[in-house]
Amino acid sequence: MAEAGLIDHTDAAAGSHSRALEGPRGARPRRVLSRRNIILYGTLFVVAVYYLLPLYVMIVTSLKGMPEIRLGNVFSPPVEITFEPWVKAWATACTGLNCDGLSRGFWNSVRITIPSVVLSIAIASVNGYALANWRFKGANLFFTILIVGAFIPYQVMLYPIVIILREMGIYGTLTGLVLVHSVFGMPILTLLFRNYFTSVPEELFKAARVDGAGFWGIYFKIMLPMSLPIFVVAMILQVTGIWNDFLFGVVYTKPDIYPMTVQLNNIVNSVQGVKEYNVNMAATLLTGLVPLVVYFVSGKLFVRGIAAGAVKG
Amino acid sequence: MASVSVRNLDLSFGDVKVLQNLNLDIEKGEFLVLLGSSGCGKSTLLNCIAGLLDITDGQIFISEHNVTWEQPKDRGIGMVFQSYALYPQMTVEGNLAFGLKNARVPRDEIKKRIARAAQLLHIEPLLKRKPAQLSGGQRQRVAIGRALVRDVDVFLFDEPLSNLDAKLRAELRVEIKRLHHELENTTMIYVTHDQIEAMTLADRIAIMRAGAIQQLADPATIYNKPYNKYVAGFIGSPSINFIDGTLEAASDPVFKAGETKVDLSRYAFSGNGPKPGPVTFGIRPEHIFMDKAAVDEPFRANVEVDVVEPMGADTLVWSKLNGHELRFRVDGQTPLKKGDRVKVGFDPARASIFDAETEMRL
Repeated sequence: MAEAGLIDHTDAAAGSHSRALEGPRGARPRRVLSRRNIILYGTLFVVAVYYLLPLYVMIVTSLKGMPEIRLGNVFSPPVEITFEPWVKAWATACTGLNCDGLSRGFWNSVRITIPSVVLSIAIASVNGYALANWRFKGANLFFTILIVGAFIPYQVMLYPIVIILREMGIYGTLTGLVLVHSVFGMPILTLLFRNYFTSVPEELFKAARVDGAGFWGIYFKIMLPMSLPIFVVAMILQVTGIWNDFLFGVVYTKPDIYPMTVQLNNIVNSVQGVKEYNVNMAATLLTGLVPLVVYFVSGKLFVRGIAAGAVKG
Repeated sequence: MASVSVRNLDLSFGDVKVLQNLNLDIEKGEFLVLLGSSGCGKSTLLNCIAGLLDITDGQIFISEHNVTWEQPKDRGIGMVFQSYALYPQMTVEGNLAFGLKNARVPRDEIKKRIARAAQLLHIEPLLKRKPAQLSGGQRQRVAIGRALVRDVDVFLFDEPLSNLDAKLRAELRVEIKRLHHELENTTMIYVTHDQIEAMTLADRIAIMRAGAIQQLADPATIYNKPYNKYVAGFIGSPSINFIDGTLEAASDPVFKAGETKVDLSRYAFSGNGPKPGPVTFGIRPEHIFMDKAAVDEPFRANVEVDVVEPMGADTLVWSKLNGHELRFRVDGQTPLKKGDRVKVGFDPARASIFDAETEMRL
């Protein structure tokens, strides 16, 4: 009897739920073409076009021959696609005495960027790790000085550094430039790594100490494997920054070892002869290609590293 | 022979004194719980013993060695943390082996010790997994295993169960107790803010407040004879009733609060005997009985029920005794409602009386 009563009771309860009342029910309907969406996507579209248009003009121009460019239709697609400007920009364009195009500058930039990136990240990550986890005496002062360094304009330091490099005997060499890039990357990279390592739970570090790992043991076996995203962020920042650098490249090197940016400037700004817009466009695109490729390959990790904060153990 | 001994320990961060002149001796094989609310310095003390914090003054001995200046790895300790602190990129096996590899223990010895720890903690099927693939309880088991394989004399637990849900916490609590029985001669120091963990696990409890130990005694003494008002109020849930009044000791000692008079001739005064003056009278809710059960109690009174909190097994009743708040516990099935007048009674011998000024037990 009691059981039957119980079943009756649940049936009644279910029945009362199945009777739906008037009015809104279930998921809220979403209109695709609401006023809000139109404004939102409209703005995004306009802004996107604004930023993409120059790139479009560059690509289109670089694929045209000079007679077609002289017609003056900047936005029209090329009638006759030609890759000649690209080849010329890479291999035969003249800058000063050399007529082997941007290829020389490209390899110079590679030889500058790779050691600078590796050196600066290696030093800055250890700096950040020491500042975050081993609070040595004077750590705060050291950190403050380092951060202040990030706010001093480069131009102020240009000439003193020329003297320092000259005294060291590496003025006008790749080594000198690599050293300058590494030093100037230090403030921001150290800050980046310090903040990342601070977000790693302190207990992990304590556990490793109880387990007998030392300064380098914890760095290589615990911290490094956990920090791939932040290393990618640092790498992107440094590759982009050093590759795009013009100022240090032009001041601290000599024509034989000019980086790609300086060479590009020399091609574009040469005043003799005809202005070859298509070659200039191709050369500029070639120069910008490396940071772009780096970003597209590792962009996802970049975002993850920037957003990192919650490292779950 | 003391296994861990802390002598005149001072710790300051700049001007802030966190621990002051702290002394503590822990016997070999003892289970000591450091209990206190957050910010009382209990975890700090544990970190000092582990060597993770440099102390300002004093000495620390572990197994008769002065380890005051030793690195954590050389102190012969294993430590378990609240957040597990497992190395996320290593497998469970790698986590267990990490400390042994650093100590250059031979490979087959590492295997042997991991196998033993895994068997003891029932984590054999998990050895090849990464920490992210484990549940909270499993992670904490691995963390305990990491301390276990180090084959040390002293285990330090820093709130190891606080991140787990209530059911798992109870399970793992029993397992830690079992582990302590199995590992004879292993000293365990356990930090917690959970008094149930403290009462169930400890051989002795050290109750800490503001960087000082308030009372260091076995759980029964802490519960029955709290050394001061803070300890009495901290231990016990629901917490003890406090009634302010005066102590009169003309002939037989009597506690007076307004119209309420409690005969204290059965109360065991400590030290110098009853000292007349303002006092606080404390009686635990579970030591107050109602109706028929109250008949035989030496002290009886009528109270009015104010609030009733049913908790299933028993019910907590908030009542007024001549204007003073009085909480007591009755069987969960007792029908009571607001406004009822009931008879309650208790034995003053089970009470605790504290000096109103010094807050010390009389």
